[in-house]
Amino acid sequence: MDFHLTREQEMVRKMYREFAETEVKPLAEELDEEERFPMETVEKMGKLGMMGIYFPKQYGGAGGDVLSYAMCVEELAKVCGTTAVIVSAHTSLCCAPIFEHGTEEQKMKYLPDLLSGKKIGAFGLTEPNAGTDASGQQTTAVLDEAGENYILNGSKCFITNGTVADTFVVFAMTDKKLGNHGISAFIVEKSFPGFSVGKHEKKMGIRGSSTCDLIFEDCVVPKENLLGKLNGGFKIAMMTLDGGRIGIAAQALGLGEGAVSEAIKYTQERVQFKKRLSQFQNTQFQLADMHTRMQAAQYLVYAAAMKKQNHEPYSMDAAMAKLFAAEAASDVTRRAVQLFGGYGYTREYPVERMMRDAKITEIYEGTSEVQRMVISSHLGVK
Amino acid sequence: MKIIVCVKQVPDTSGKVAVNPDGTLNRASMATITNPDDLNAVEAALALKEQTGAEVIVVSMGPPPAEGMLREIMARGVDRAVLVSAREFGGSDTYATSQILAAAINKIGIEDDDIVMCGRQAIDGDTAQVGPQIAEKLGLPQVSYAADIKKEGDTLTIKRMLEDGYMTIKVKTPCLITCIKELNAPRYMSVDGVFECYAKPYEIFDYNTLKDDPLVDPTTIGLKGSPTNIFKSFTPPQKGVGMMLEGADKATCDKLAGILAAKHMI
Amino acid sequence: MKNMSTYNSAAIEEFKGGVWVFCEQRQGKMMSTSYELISEGRKLADELGEKLYGVLLGTGVEGLAKELGGYGADGVYVAEHPLLVNYTTGGYTKVICDLVQEYKPEVMLIGATNIGRDLGPRLAARLHTGLCADCTHLDIDVPKYKDFLRSASTLAPETIDAIKEDDRNLKMTRPAFGGHLMATIICPRFRPAMATVRPGVMKKNEFDQAKADACEIIKPNFSLSNDDVETEVVEVVKAAKKLVDLIGADYVVSVGRGISKDVEGGIKLAEELAEVLGGVVGGSRATIDSGWLSADHQVGQTGKTVHPKIYVALGISGAIQHKAGMQDSECIIAVNKNDTAPIFEIADYGICGDLFKVTPMLIEAIKAAKAAK
Repeated sequence: MDFHLTREQEMVRKMYREFAETEVKPLAEELDEEERFPMETVEKMGKLGMMGIYFPKQYGGAGGDVLSYAMCVEELAKVCGTTAVIVSAHTSLCCAPIFEHGTEEQKMKYLPDLLSGKKIGAFGLTEPNAGTDASGQQTTAVLDEAGENYILNGSKCFITNGTVADTFVVFAMTDKKLGNHGISAFIVEKSFPGFSVGKHEKKMGIRGSSTCDLIFEDCVVPKENLLGKLNGGFKIAMMTLDGGRIGIAAQALGLGEGAVSEAIKYTQERVQFKKRLSQFQNTQFQLADMHTRMQAAQYLVYAAAMKKQNHEPYSMDAAMAKLFAAEAASDVTRRAVQLFGGYGYTREYPVERMMRDAKITEIYEGTSEVQRMVISSHLGVK
Repeated sequence: MKIIVCVKQVPDTSGKVAVNPDGTLNRASMATITNPDDLNAVEAALALKEQTGAEVIVVSMGPPPAEGMLREIMARGVDRAVLVSAREFGGSDTYATSQILAAAINKIGIEDDDIVMCGRQAIDGDTAQVGPQIAEKLGLPQVSYAADIKKEGDTLTIKRMLEDGYMTIKVKTPCLITCIKELNAPRYMSVDGVFECYAKPYEIFDYNTLKDDPLVDPTTIGLKGSPTNIFKSFTPPQKGVGMMLEGADKATCDKLAGILAAKHMI
Repeated sequence: MKNMSTYNSAAIEEFKGGVWVFCEQRQGKMMSTSYELISEGRKLADELGEKLYGVLLGTGVEGLAKELGGYGADGVYVAEHPLLVNYTTGGYTKVICDLVQEYKPEVMLIGATNIGRDLGPRLAARLHTGLCADCTHLDIDVPKYKDFLRSASTLAPETIDAIKEDDRNLKMTRPAFGGHLMATIICPRFRPAMATVRPGVMKKNEFDQAKADACEIIKPNFSLSNDDVETEVVEVVKAAKKLVDLIGADYVVSVGRGISKDVEGGIKLAEELAEVLGGVVGGSRATIDSGWLSADHQVGQTGKTVHPKIYVALGISGAIQHKAGMQDSECIIAVNKNDTAPIFEIADYGICGDLFKVTPMLIEAIKAAKAAK
């Protein structure tokens, strides 16, 4: 068992860190205050290959690996939760399913623009009545009379990157009688007639992340855009979410690590009772616990990424990584605010934003409850 | 057309620097980085490569661990790297260094349409001498303090900074240019660049590779061959705890101004 | 390619041409660093028992020469040629090397301006001699050098005492590693020993008219052709004064809540002090929140982080969010009425007093100190 990164992974992590410090960190507060999507950062990341990290060069990817992708989301999240999830949702939830399940024509048509960051991707599964219970899809897709197009009707909600994406992997019911096994996946372009997006959702955290409804009103989707087999969509959704969990786990990991780093810095400066806060044993013990939790989370996240890279089954590993990292991030960011005291509650310091950002990692791409279901199911516990 | 960029790996002196109990610098505690002005030179070379399709070669004189830095530079788009490394070269001052680097550049070969680029100065030595001295040894015209470079045919038009303005200078290739931070914003490594950089050509020039060049004479390289030697090195007295000046009158202010002047702070 | 054996094959003993100072002029105006170096060169020439000469290149610049004598030059080599009207590396290097070959100076000083730092290394390389850049201290006389080390270094007294007294080498001291280390460099085997010196470091002598009148003008022989001048100067442009940025500023003068009793007056004092130092004005969060300064002046956690040479905090208490933005400044000066203000814990120099009284005096004191240089 080799716990060392390869020299390329060390190098690329260094690049992510420099980029995050210089290009992402200075914007983080503004993105949160103004609920602004950082399109300029996406352009820069696209040029550097960060929007297609682990995909092969033949499709326009950067030729990296899954762990390098997870580290990218981690390093971005250390300074900005919003920017991190842009990369994660785009990569794992849109690029990945097209890469893993698309035909060669579909891959050549959509991947080059997505992997270079020229176009942004998103994933539409969740509906007002289908959250954790994703099987209750009410959006329908009916093949038209000519047999040329599917007509989609319905709506999706809480879609990350929704207002800015050009390409969407969308799920709809093609055969209601089959329940779960009657769902299909489609590649939808925002220019397709009948497609529109709702207004930007105001949230507790990751406020710069674009979140909105997708609305399908007799939306015309060419039949060539069916992704994977007819009625095979649910499986695609589940497999895609497995991969997405690694990205979100990495986001939670970075948020927690960023909070620990800020707390260490602050407690070494702040003086009360004529001592630095860092000289009090409670502070030291808190920081030790916080660091240890995030370090444990890191091992889980990296192990899941390695397994996916090696084409080994990784579903349970991804679930454990997300479950643990998200709950650790919520805990650690809350403790960081506490260590900062009053100043930590103000928006002058970043830790309250990190705490608000962390919460969503316990919820989206499968709540912690869902992760527990996945893990216990893999354990064979009935 | 080739663009040869000279870079140096240096300790990061911009951050906090640790001093040993005996007053000497704790060099082991300092991270190593690519000299910042050199990254501006690399960026200028890559920009010219985009314009002309030139091959960009990075050269550095240093110990074997400098390979990591050269790979990072190749991860930004540079095509080829050469490390100049030998025991015999150690302890060289700027003049000796410039001869060794000039010999390395001769070995790579300079054609009429080639350009040599350097950073203006390194943050450890802070001398700004190696660039011009390489130019002299190669017999190339030099333009230093370049804040803007435009190429048309074989002529470069360069904005050469002065303290209170600038000169616009025209020079024909082959030539040597030293670059300052105002010239450009160095690009980051790219993800694809990182995963490709170890496959790109990398060579080491040692003493045997270069010894036939008249510039690499045992009497003119290394510690023994350097015209300048370090007579004494020392740390200035450490910045102690601050002091409250007595009073708040003219005498106090005069005293403070005197202290600042003596320390060359104003 | 010029072979190094073309130049400087003479033995060290033959270099009895004295101390030379390259006197840089631009557009017919002498750079003030030339007078500083002539003054310093006088001291070195006296310690060596040699003469001091200025070296002046250009077109129509002979009229600038005598003034150099007033600061201590025994003579000035004046080399004029149409091709020397603007500085070019090739032209100036060729001419000065011709002069060095002929007159063999022992020491050559050059001001470390953007031009001096281009010329110095090229000359040293062609002359196959040593050059030490950005020197802050020069010594020939060993006892004086030892005194310097005693005050400016952490070297042990025994080490200092052991230095040989008969060393005639020019001892060139300069900062390295971003200023964290100082080194004294010598050039024992070649001449001239060359040094570039930062402008503003050396003190100018008192001007002496009699000495100026006595200064000898020497018009040396040299050859210069277009081939020697390898670059073309298209134009020389003087920049308009541009806006200084807080983050890049070498000097920052910040105000805090302490100016509240006269906001306009307080800001004006800060601006004056900043002007005298050559820097910009900043403000604590309180001043921005109260609308006294615009947000781009803010120094602190939300605001800019600055690392100037000198940070002056006027009427700023030093709360942690402010400290975060300036605590890594090289030198922190604080003026505050309250001697328990936390700012004094991180200040290098603190004055407990009324900033409205202290600042005007500080402005005058710094003006005077600068003029004396």
